[in-house]
Amino acid sequence: MSFELHARVAERDVSVALEVAEGETVAVLGPNGSGKSTLLAVAAGLLRPDSGRARLGDRVLFDLQGRGGAAGGRPGRGPWVPPHARGIALLAQEALLFPHLTVLDNVAFGARARGRSRAEAATHARSWLERVDAIELADRRPAELSGGQAQRIAVARALAADPALLLLDEPMAALDVSVAPALRRTLRAVLAGRSAVIVTHDVLDAFTLADRVVVLDAGRVVDSGPTAAVLERPRTAFAAGLTGVNLITGTAHRDGVRTAEGQFVDVRFVERVVDGAAVAVAVRPAAVALSAVEPRTSSRLPGRVTDVEPRGDVVRVRAGALAADVTPRRAAELDLAPGATVWFSFAADDTTAYPL
Amino acid sequence: MRRATTAVLAAAALLLLSGCAGQAAPSGDAAPSAASSGTADSLEGSITVFAAASLKATFTELAQEFEAAHPGVTVELSFAGSSDLVTQITEGAPADVFASADEKNMAKLTDAGLVDAGAPVDFATNVLTIAVPPGNPGTVEAFADLADPAVRTVICAAQVPCGAATATLETATGVTIPAVSEESSVTDVLGKVTSGEADAGLVYVTDVVAAGDAVEGVDIPEAAEAVNTYPIAPVAGSQNEAAAQAFVALVTGSTGRDVLTAAGFGAP
Amino acid sequence: MAGSTYGGVPRWVAVVAALGAAFVLLPLVAMLLRVNWAEFVPLITSESSLDALGLSLRTSLTSTALCVLLGVPMAIVLARTRFWGQKVLRSLVLLPLVLPPVVGGIALLYTFGRRGLLGQGFEAFGVTIAFSTTAVVLAQTFVALPFLVLSLEGALRTVGTRYEAVGATLGARPTTVLRRVTLPLVLPALVSGAVLSFARALGEFGATLTFAGSLQGVTRTLPLEIYLQRETDPDAAVALSLVLVVVAVVVVAVAHRAGEPAGLRPGRRAR
Repeated sequence: MSFELHARVAERDVSVALEVAEGETVAVLGPNGSGKSTLLAVAAGLLRPDSGRARLGDRVLFDLQGRGGAAGGRPGRGPWVPPHARGIALLAQEALLFPHLTVLDNVAFGARARGRSRAEAATHARSWLERVDAIELADRRPAELSGGQAQRIAVARALAADPALLLLDEPMAALDVSVAPALRRTLRAVLAGRSAVIVTHDVLDAFTLADRVVVLDAGRVVDSGPTAAVLERPRTAFAAGLTGVNLITGTAHRDGVRTAEGQFVDVRFVERVVDGAAVAVAVRPAAVALSAVEPRTSSRLPGRVTDVEPRGDVVRVRAGALAADVTPRRAAELDLAPGATVWFSFAADDTTAYPL
Repeated sequence: MRRATTAVLAAAALLLLSGCAGQAAPSGDAAPSAASSGTADSLEGSITVFAAASLKATFTELAQEFEAAHPGVTVELSFAGSSDLVTQITEGAPADVFASADEKNMAKLTDAGLVDAGAPVDFATNVLTIAVPPGNPGTVEAFADLADPAVRTVICAAQVPCGAATATLETATGVTIPAVSEESSVTDVLGKVTSGEADAGLVYVTDVVAAGDAVEGVDIPEAAEAVNTYPIAPVAGSQNEAAAQAFVALVTGSTGRDVLTAAGFGAP
Repeated sequence: MAGSTYGGVPRWVAVVAALGAAFVLLPLVAMLLRVNWAEFVPLITSESSLDALGLSLRTSLTSTALCVLLGVPMAIVLARTRFWGQKVLRSLVLLPLVLPPVVGGIALLYTFGRRGLLGQGFEAFGVTIAFSTTAVVLAQTFVALPFLVLSLEGALRTVGTRYEAVGATLGARPTTVLRRVTLPLVLPALVSGAVLSFARALGEFGATLTFAGSLQGVTRTLPLEIYLQRETDPDAAVALSLVLVVVAVVVVAVAHRAGEPAGLRPGRRAR
C-alpha cells in the first residue's frame, strides 16, 4: 500500500516529507540526531507532530493543523488514528520480545490482539516462524535466545501482524557482525514487494534492501532518489561518507571542475553540464595517490594531513574531507604525520562527476 | 580509619557519661525527717512521678504547687495507662512516685516488692458516668437506656480498669450493654463520643469535667456500685525518698483534695 | 582470581553495620525469650485470639484486593501520563506512608464518620461505616495503598514504554496492551507491592483504633487484640506478637523473591 507523510515536530526541529510507493522499500539515512527515529515514531503514531498529514492507501492517518507559533506550538488538532489502528508495524534496534511470552506467543500477539482465536493465531505464527527459519525456537522464552535469534523472531512477529507498512529502525545495529548477514538475507526475502521504511547507518542495508534512499540531515531531507544514484553520486558529505568516497564540489569549468578553493581538477563527466553549473566529483580513496611534491597531473589537490589510520593492507590518510588509501610502504616513504602537507592526485578516468 | 573509630567511641562514651551524670544528680544529704513539712527548704534534687493518664490535668497542677513550695525540687511527670506504668516500673524505669487509677495495678507493684506493702494511700475516687455528644442525639436519660441496641454505646474493654468498672456496673444493675466498640482506654471512648460516632460512652466523671463543652454528662445513680479508687505510693528504692514522701503528702493533703475535687474526683 | 572481587569495606563500617543489625534483631530475640512456650498453643488458639487472627486475615486480604483495584490504575496514571499538578498529587497520594496512622484515622473519621464529609450521606441511606468491619478495611486500605502504588509506579517507569509501543504497533488496543504487555511485565512488582500492602494492612493499628473501634470479631484485629491483651495477659500478647512476626517474616521473604525481575530486557543479552 502506498504511504505518504509530511510532518513538523517543532520541539525536535524536524520537518520532513516521505513517500513510499506500493511495494517499495525506502531506506532513510542520516547522521545521529538527524530526525530518522522521529520520522518513524510519527509514522507509527507514537509521536504526535505539531502539524502534518499522513495517508496509508486511501486512509488518512492524521491531518493536523499546528497551533501556536512556529517554534513552540502545541501538538496539532485534527484527525488522528492511534497506533493500534494504523496497520503499521515497527521493528526496533532491539528485538523487544515480550519476555513473559514464548516465541510462538510473541509471534501470535498481533493476530490475538485483533481477535483471532488462539488456534488460528498459533497456526499463523508457525507459518511466519517457518518463513524466518526459526520454527524450532517456537517454545523458547525470549531470555533463552541469542540476539540474532531474537531479532529474527521480532521480524516474524512484526510481519505476522500483516502490516500495510513495515518500519524498521536500524534492525541490525545491535547485532553481532557474524549474524547480521543472515538476518539481512531474511529481510531481503520478506521485504520483497512489501511497503517498508528502513532506517539504517549501513550502506550495505541500503543497497541490499532498499529501492530508494532518503538522506536526512538536521531534521530536513537533503537528498533522495534511487539507491544506486544517491550512493554512487553523493550530494552530501554524509552520503559520501557512507560509501567512503571523496566528495569534491565546485563549478564546471570546461572539462574540469574549479573547487571553492580555486584549484582545478580534471574529471570525467557522466553527463553533459554547462560551464558554471554546480557539480560534484566522487573519487574512491583507493584511486588517490599521495606525493610530497606537487605532481604534474592535472587532477591534484593539496591537503594538510589530519589523520593516519592503518587499515590492514592499506593506510588511510585523511586531510579534512579528502582521503587516500596508500600502501604502508608508501606511507612510510612519505613519513606522514598529522600536520604534514601532501598532494592528493588522481586520474580523470577514476572520477565520477555529476551536476548537483 | 583508626582515628574515625576512636572518634565514634569517644562520642559514645560522652553520651554514656552525660546520661550517668543526669541520673546521679540528686544528692543524698536531704533529711528524710523533713518529708511531711511543706515549707522545709531542705528538699532538693528531682523526682519522677508516674501517674495514671486520667490524672494528667490534676497532677500537672499539683506538681507546680509542689515545685512552688519546694523551690529546690524538680518534678518530672510521666502519664500513661496504669498497667503501662506498672510494666515500665517493673522493667526498671526510674520512678519515685506511682499513682494508679485502680488498686489492682498498685497491687502488682506491692506484690513485686517495688512498693512497700503498707505504703499505698487511697487519695481519690472516680465513678463512671455516661458521656453523650452535645445535644444528646441518642436521647440517653439513664443507664438502662444503654441496653437499647439502637443507642450506639462505646465502652472500655474488660481488660482495662474502666472496663472492669463497667462490667461491675452491668452485673450490679442487670443491664447488658450491646456495645459497638470496646476500647482499650477511656480516651478512646471519649474520642468516639466527641467525634459524634457514638451516641454514648461510659467514662469517668472526671473525663466529662475535663472534656468541657465537647460532651455532656448523664449521671448514673447506680455508679456507686462501681467506685474506682486511686492509690498513691512512693516507689521503693527511690533516689530521693524524702521528696517522694513530700509529694505523696501534698496529693493526699488538703491542697490535693481541692485540686482533685475541682476536677470531679471524689474523696476516698 | 575467579570469585574474588574487591570489597573495599572499611572494618569500622562493618562493625557499625553489625551494631545496626543487632539493634534490629535483638528486640525480636528478646521477645522470643519471653514467649511462654508451654502455654503458646492455648494462648494463640483462644477464642478471642482466633477471632482477631481471622478478622485480621479477612480484612487484610480485602484491603489488599482494594489496593490492587485502586492502586494499579493510580500507578499507571502517575507513571504514564503528564498533567498539571501531577507531582503535588503524587506526593499527596503517598502521604499515608509518612503520616502517623492515628492522623489517618482522624482524617478517615471526618470523611466516612457519622458526621463526616461522605459519612453523612451514607448515614442518610442507612449505611453506617463506623464501628463496622468496613471501617477496618477502609483504614487498612488507606495506609496500605501507597505501598502498592509506589512499588508499581517504580516498576512501570523502569520497564518503560517500549514494549507497550511494540504492542500497540502490532495492533493491540490500549486495554489489550495493559492486560497482555504492561501488567505481565510488572507482575513481580505488583505481587511484591500487594504483599507489602497486605503486611501493612495486617499491622495496621492506629487508624483502625481511631476510626473503627475495637470489638471482638467485628473490628478488633490482631494488633488491637495484642494491645488489649497486654493490659491483663502479657503472655498472650507476646504469643500473638510472635504470630505477627512470623507472618511478617514470611511476607518479607515472599515480597523479596517476587520483587526480583525475572528475565526482563532479553534484547540486551547478546550483541
